[in-house]
Amino acid sequence: MRIPCPICGPRDSREFTYRGAALDRPAPDAGADAWEDYVHLRDNPAGPTLDLWYHHAGCASWLKVSRNTVTHEITGAVLAGAEDKA
Amino acid sequence: MIELVASTPCQGLLPLEHGPFTLTELTPGSLTALAPFSGQDAALSRALDAAFGLSLPDVGAATAGGSARVIWFGRGQYLLIGPAPVADLANVAAVTDQSDAWAVVRLSGEGADEVLARLVPVDMRPAVFGEGAAIRTYLGHMTVSIARDDDAKGPGYRIMAFRSMAGTLVHEIETAMAAVAARL
Ligand SMILES: [Zn+2]
Repeated sequence: MRIPCPICGPRDSREFTYRGAALDRPAPDAGADAWEDYVHLRDNPAGPTLDLWYHHAGCASWLKVSRNTVTHEITGAVLAGAEDKA
Repeated sequence: MIELVASTPCQGLLPLEHGPFTLTELTPGSLTALAPFSGQDAALSRALDAAFGLSLPDVGAATAGGSARVIWFGRGQYLLIGPAPVADLANVAAVTDQSDAWAVVRLSGEGADEVLARLVPVDMRPAVFGEGAAIRTYLGHMTVSIARDDDAKGPGYRIMAFRSMAGTLVHEIETAMAAVAARL
């Protein structure tokens, strides 16, 4: 499996560490239900997902990786937080 | 009076030869990590040019000027190799002395990319990993920096690992050198 790092280019998945689902963090005052959902509850989708991966053996960036849990296809990767800086 | 003697990370381990492959230790002088402050990449490049006559390299690349070189060393990180840093650099970047913290070796010989192919999950063939390339990746289970380091005899690779991993670094590379040489 290869992950297309936006900085390093396509690299073997052993260079990366998986963290978990890439979720939008609720606002600080979003309430206990929203925060419980964010911290503890996960969907288990069959199909496209967004994960966080860390390119520890390469450029040391956190990536948001699009992955299909049915086909195992990696469809893209962007720098985590890149959309926040626009 | 105790006389202390400096020893290099790979002292007693190198040089080694197997078939056409040679592994030697390099003593690169000062190693200085440079992490430009936000938006200061161009200013750091100018400061390096003024001090050493080289610019900041692109991602995955290296630049050289005289005995100094700068290699890309990760996202927003560079390593100055050779001369001691000048004070100006600290105005535009976080500057950290890493001298003696890295084991630095050079692998060369016709087909050295075949040796690295057994250890490194990146295409190291000279046509792909071109002159001036400098990346971070794995060698076996170790994170390393690998840079193209050619001389008059042909392509070579400069490989850097944490100093504490020097023995493992040499062992891994020697095992692959011997295995590839045995098949020639
Ligand atoms: Zn990367």
